[in-house]
Amino acid sequence: MIFTEKWRTTLEKICIPIAALAVSLVIFGVFCAAAGANPFAVYASIYKAAFGSWFSFQNTLIRAAPLMLASLCTALPARLGLVIIGNEGAIVIGGLSAVAAGLSVQGAGPFVVQLAMALAGIVSGGVWIAAVGALRHYRGVNETISSLLLNYIAIALLNHMVGGPMRDPTSLNKPSSYPIPDADMLGNIPGTRVHFGLIYGIIACLIAYFLIQRTTFGFAARTVGGNIRAAKIAGLPVGKLTLIICFLAGSCAGLAGMVEVAAVHGRANESLNASYGYSSILVAFIARQNPVAAVFVSIILGGILASGGILQRAHQLPDATVLVFQGIVFLVILFSESLYGRLAIFKEGVKPQMPGQNLKPQT
Amino acid sequence: MATESIGWWGVPLAIAAGTIRGSAPFLFVSLGECLTEKSGKINLGLEGTLLMGAMSAYAISYLSSSNGIPTWLAPWLGVFTAGVAGMLLGTIHGWLSQQPKVNDVAVGIAMIIFGSGIAFFFGKAFIQPVAPQLPAFELGNWSDIPSIKAALKISPLFLIGVAIAPIMQWFFKSTRWGLYIRAVGDSPEAAKAMGISVYKVRMFSIIAGSFLAGIGGAYLSLYYPGSWSERISSGQGLMAVALVIFARWNPVQCLYAALLFGGAQAIGPALQSVGVNSYYYLFNASPYIFTLAIMIITCSPKRTLSGSPGALGTEN
Repeated sequence: MIFTEKWRTTLEKICIPIAALAVSLVIFGVFCAAAGANPFAVYASIYKAAFGSWFSFQNTLIRAAPLMLASLCTALPARLGLVIIGNEGAIVIGGLSAVAAGLSVQGAGPFVVQLAMALAGIVSGGVWIAAVGALRHYRGVNETISSLLLNYIAIALLNHMVGGPMRDPTSLNKPSSYPIPDADMLGNIPGTRVHFGLIYGIIACLIAYFLIQRTTFGFAARTVGGNIRAAKIAGLPVGKLTLIICFLAGSCAGLAGMVEVAAVHGRANESLNASYGYSSILVAFIARQNPVAAVFVSIILGGILASGGILQRAHQLPDATVLVFQGIVFLVILFSESLYGRLAIFKEGVKPQMPGQNLKPQT
Repeated sequence: MATESIGWWGVPLAIAAGTIRGSAPFLFVSLGECLTEKSGKINLGLEGTLLMGAMSAYAISYLSSSNGIPTWLAPWLGVFTAGVAGMLLGTIHGWLSQQPKVNDVAVGIAMIIFGSGIAFFFGKAFIQPVAPQLPAFELGNWSDIPSIKAALKISPLFLIGVAIAPIMQWFFKSTRWGLYIRAVGDSPEAAKAMGISVYKVRMFSIIAGSFLAGIGGAYLSLYYPGSWSERISSGQGLMAVALVIFARWNPVQCLYAALLFGGAQAIGPALQSVGVNSYYYLFNASPYIFTLAIMIITCSPKRTLSGSPGALGTEN
């Protein structure tokens, strides 16, 4: 009995997000048809660009890596009941400090340079989001708004640094920092074009899962998220937990920034604030703040991001199509939140039915 | 020549001009957010609404003027359409954020992505064309100094916004509907006992608030900066939420707050106009730093803010 109960809720947790993705695909298809494109051709193009071949799947994985890392920036604090959306700011700050650190230890050998970059990204991103947690805990400042504002401040800081103090005079059209030498760049996983950031992402997600689900620390954090008053009465150090979780969350996003700089762009410039910030929030919500699920969702979303170019070339759809699709997925996923526990299929048949409990889902 | 002759006096003048020009979007979104939050729901998605409003206003102004509608009327049609576009997005937000177990903040984030996606999708075609702009009252024609002229050029839309603030104040205080909204926002249970439909009142508040935010977007694309591009908004829709907290959920104080934020936004360009270029980006970030500083000073973990609707941020 207990077994089947658990089995059913697990099935519910898997089926509802998948159904939500399917429904959003349908809505997106209707949207494409209204915009004058053949929805089935669009689906085919997205599939081909994302997962169609080993070549395109590697592109997907390259995009999935920063998404995995950055999604933890939303997913970890969510366990404390905090909605933090400062992913973009932490990515930018992490990338910026990684470049600064990498350039300052230039010539010390690739290992030292990469280590310095990673540490700089982790620490700066961590402090950035820990500040959000501190403001929340000590000053009662709404964490969603403060993290959003910090995104803008981070981008301004990036523009200031690469346009002034850190500017490479040879970068004319797109102000950039001095480049990281090729020898010091993050390498690729042998036999692929995918950089090691993917491994970082998977490891970070696994550690995060273990930390939250299997340790007393994680249990304490989840208790705070469940009922903060009860947690305080039980003597849990709410402030310390908030700061640590926020630091870890930010450090993951900061590492994502470092990975982007050290493996993809090679320098800091405005490409750092390209779309991963908001997409990673979406990853966290689709994954229902579960770090292991975030790995798979990141791959799916990375594929969707990778298909932006082909939608433009093959179907004459603007590049914002990907943004529209993400918006639709996000809205449908949020609606599906209201369906948990309301669908008759996922319930024990013997339970007495309350009137109005087995409502049909509206789409 | 005139600018040179007034020298550093140009800075406060430019800030004053920038305040009057730049505060209207803040004003409209913050009034919209204020109306929404009074009913107990947060709409974080007004950034998407603002972009959608900016795009649809520009598109309609351009399309209608090129189809024979006189150029004085076309931009006003655009303003109206922007409001309607805002209402459509507001309907989605109002419906979705009131489903059980759905968090209104999360819906707001989704609406930012969705709204800006739709705006960029349909707006692609309107980045190039030039649409007729909203007119302005030139109150500074008595002066020869261009910066004074610029400072006293006032958009009628801004004046409408200034007029809405006290009207909304009166609406909350002295009308039956205003009372309904406050009741729903402070204590949904009590409102239910009064026989008010919480769902309908919140739906109305969110849709009406989004209408105002859409008009704020129209101001961006049809008056200042006065053209449609994907970078037209500098986060006014996001700052609206902070601004309403700062204004203590009071429409008239929203007006003052909007002026203050518009002024903060004008510092960077004003300094640039007298040749201070070195910290341009950092000065441009001053509204965000300013907002954050204000929130740090005014918030407290020990008490809820005075004026805050009781049901705000709770699960019902």
